[in-house]
Amino acid sequence: MSTRIVVDPITRIEGHLRIEAEIRDGKIVDAYSSGTMVRGFEIILKGRDPRDAWAFTERACGVCTTVHALASVRTVEDALKIAVPPNAELIRNLMFCAQYLQDHVVHFYHLHALDWVDVVSALKADPKKTSEIAQSISNWPNSSPGYYSDLQKRLITFVESGQLGIFANGYWGHAAYKLPPEVNLLGVAHYLEALEWQKEVVKIHTIFGGKNPHPNYLVGGVPCAINIDEANAINAERLAYVGTLFDQAADFVNKVYIPDLLAVAGFYKDWGAIGGGLPNYLAYGDLPMNGYGDPTKFKFARGAILNRNLGKVHEVDGRDAQEIEEYIAHSWYEYSDGDAAGKHPWAGETKLKYSGPKPPYEHLDVEKKYSWLKTPRWKGNPMEVGPLARMLVSYAAGHQEVIDIVNATLKQLDVPVAALFSTLGRTAARGLETVLVARWAKEFYNQLLANIKNGDTRTFNKDRWEPDSWPAEARGVGMTEAPRGALSHWIVIKDKKIENYQLVVPSTWNASPRDPKGQMSAYESSLIGTPVKNPDQPLEILRTIHSFDPCLACAVHLYDEKGRYVHQINTF
Amino acid sequence: MNKPLTMWEYADLNGVTRRDFLKFAGWIAAAAGLEASAIGSVVHAMDTKPRLPVVWFHGQECTCCSESFIRSSHPIVSDIVLDKISLDYTETLMAAAGHQAEEALHNTMKKFKGEYLLLMEGSIPIDDDGVYCCIGGRTMLDIVQEAAADAKAVIAWGSCASNGCVQAAKPNPTGAKPLHEVISGKPIINVPGCPPIAEVMAGTIVHLLAFDRIPQLDGLGRPKAFYSRRVHDTCYRRPNYDAGLFVESFDDENARRGYCLYKMGCRGPVTYNACGAIRWNNGVSFPIQSGHGCIGCSEANFWDNGPFYQHLASFPGFGIETTADKIGVVVGVGAAAGIAAHAISTNIRKRKLIQEEIKSSTESDAKGGA
Repeated sequence: MSTRIVVDPITRIEGHLRIEAEIRDGKIVDAYSSGTMVRGFEIILKGRDPRDAWAFTERACGVCTTVHALASVRTVEDALKIAVPPNAELIRNLMFCAQYLQDHVVHFYHLHALDWVDVVSALKADPKKTSEIAQSISNWPNSSPGYYSDLQKRLITFVESGQLGIFANGYWGHAAYKLPPEVNLLGVAHYLEALEWQKEVVKIHTIFGGKNPHPNYLVGGVPCAINIDEANAINAERLAYVGTLFDQAADFVNKVYIPDLLAVAGFYKDWGAIGGGLPNYLAYGDLPMNGYGDPTKFKFARGAILNRNLGKVHEVDGRDAQEIEEYIAHSWYEYSDGDAAGKHPWAGETKLKYSGPKPPYEHLDVEKKYSWLKTPRWKGNPMEVGPLARMLVSYAAGHQEVIDIVNATLKQLDVPVAALFSTLGRTAARGLETVLVARWAKEFYNQLLANIKNGDTRTFNKDRWEPDSWPAEARGVGMTEAPRGALSHWIVIKDKKIENYQLVVPSTWNASPRDPKGQMSAYESSLIGTPVKNPDQPLEILRTIHSFDPCLACAVHLYDEKGRYVHQINTF
Repeated sequence: MNKPLTMWEYADLNGVTRRDFLKFAGWIAAAAGLEASAIGSVVHAMDTKPRLPVVWFHGQECTCCSESFIRSSHPIVSDIVLDKISLDYTETLMAAAGHQAEEALHNTMKKFKGEYLLLMEGSIPIDDDGVYCCIGGRTMLDIVQEAAADAKAVIAWGSCASNGCVQAAKPNPTGAKPLHEVISGKPIINVPGCPPIAEVMAGTIVHLLAFDRIPQLDGLGRPKAFYSRRVHDTCYRRPNYDAGLFVESFDDENARRGYCLYKMGCRGPVTYNACGAIRWNNGVSFPIQSGHGCIGCSEANFWDNGPFYQHLASFPGFGIETTADKIGVVVGVGAAAGIAAHAISTNIRKRKLIQEEIKSSTESDAKGGA
């Protein structure tokens, strides 16, 4: 017999996501992923000034803030043939790095950790032992027995207050939690430390972009001017601030995040064989060392991997109408020429057409349309995007730093290469690339200082700023790697206005519904085979879905095979 | 269920001395801009109150408000979440998911009926029966109307919940509405901005906790403490405006000297927010300091008041003392009048320089520039 469960809302994500899954004999045999919120950005952008598009699209996501702004300015620059000055490229890289550092750490501790760390178990920990464990894996200073003992007291007081706040109704005590109480206490301590730390590294955005979330970008460069002899510009004080923040970030990543990640992973090695899903991976690559126009000199490589064949990296071209296409066979949209065909984003259409059940509803009609996400495909293939895809593509492309860190980690955890293709692999890849990004940030930072020292302070190219200098019609594509994966925008400019604008975002690749051929996208595919010990507490679903770091809100409810709420028996 | 602890009992259990507790109460009073004589009432409030139950909803939004909230430096957010409020429902941070998450919400709504604070992040789509935002199979409209009915007070976080923000920009494809258009009968505090400044969000909550009443609001429901001044009037580059010193192009010599960004489209003159006073991320900078004009993100309809790089056609020449209540929402028309009107209303010493500036500005406008 099978049980149909629904998780809605899926929490600890950005946005609104719903998962419906079919469970038989303790394992998921079918799964459906639905985005349940839409805003219509592509419709709103029509007719506007292309130079404003970054601000609109930046608001697509406030968790991975900046990434849409970056994709957008690149899209417009591609259309108008604008090359930005080297300093602007470097400052964009620094903002990119700051975003990864903040976002990945927050994901690990605040969005993902509670899937592995049992907060209630931490109440039973021996703080002295926690201290010994902490000191054995890292020389991070906050590690004395007294530190953990104080924290534990604070936790006990919190629980005894009877108001559990964000920790209420967690799956505490679930059999799938395997960490000893002492490691759980360590996890809770760093949950709180990371919460305080994350507000620091984003100040790099504030220095260059004026605020965070949602710092300012600019078509043609960056808005901040450099003048080392002026209080009102990027000067030595501002640059020193940036350097210190990156040093502190690298410290936190190397002394807290990575030791914790490896310690926790050691207890959950079985998750190296769960949640693999699709065998195809796509990365647009990013962090240009020689300008955005030269993808061969990106820190993160561009390319696609099919069937987990790491011996071959396929080239990816966003301009080729045959490569990236979006389908709506199972999405609440309609195309002017029917719902079966795929459309390249330059010819993309966005017409909302809801055909799902009238709310309140208990379940979606998954045989028909069931999501607000379109379904993108690369040469017809469903692709996983994100940290794992980035690391695999760079690994396969022969990037030595990536190869070294991946191999060293596999060896340290004593797991085979195949363990990469899993829930654990995804979570580990995110940590490893954070180490690299922290390292690369300092390279870009030193390069920026060297440029300024050599007298180059340019941050903006004004040649095609004025609309009078634009062609009557132009098309562009801008690509980047959001923390959550490959992100691209496409624009068609006509008569100095936006004629068409399309976004294909990481969670569209990963969380989309099936395509017309019935092929699943990454979330759905990765859930197949995932064990669920207790359908009323589907902790395992959260682990795999959170390993992607979803950028939309999920919701989960439990149904039996007739679609009846199972959970009604234990509520109210 | 145990009786919730008061803030003093809680602090006492945590080993905080009475002396430190009183100092903390004094700090809260200072942060909220109170006279020393008010500290007594803060202490009393914190002695007698359990942690305030709070539910935080997400409608059509990008979660930038939640992200901004966790950037708060005073108080820091872990202290707010663990010690000052009881954040019983928030899709961004809560451990529970699915029906356990909904159960947590309903427990709070039942147990603390009439006592909980409702925070709304995001707008609410009302077209086509609200199908454009559903959670657990219910529409956001349905969920928020139910929860608001028994809330003690309501805060609309950010521009989405305060004025609709980006999804309500033309043509507003989903019928996105701010909170005050879909609920009634409850006090609503609007805290606009995309997102609002972290310390403004935390400060609004601290105000409620410390004084057990909503802060003074302006005509648009915004706390006066943070939204009574134009960015223009608190901008450190304002003297450049008054002196007629303007950036003419990004990264030009004037930009490198930090001149006024008015001609680059800065919305500071028509935007009420605390960016110039409090600044962002613990006072590190704000958009103008980092070289980009204000885009007016805390004002209603700012997305449709563009393009962003076209400078304001004009705005009434009112002085620094004028507050949002007296002026209301300002939208300008008629190009060159702006600077001229402002020049007349401002006490300027460098009159000659400004006259020249107006002349050249008028000429460039006539050519269709800026």
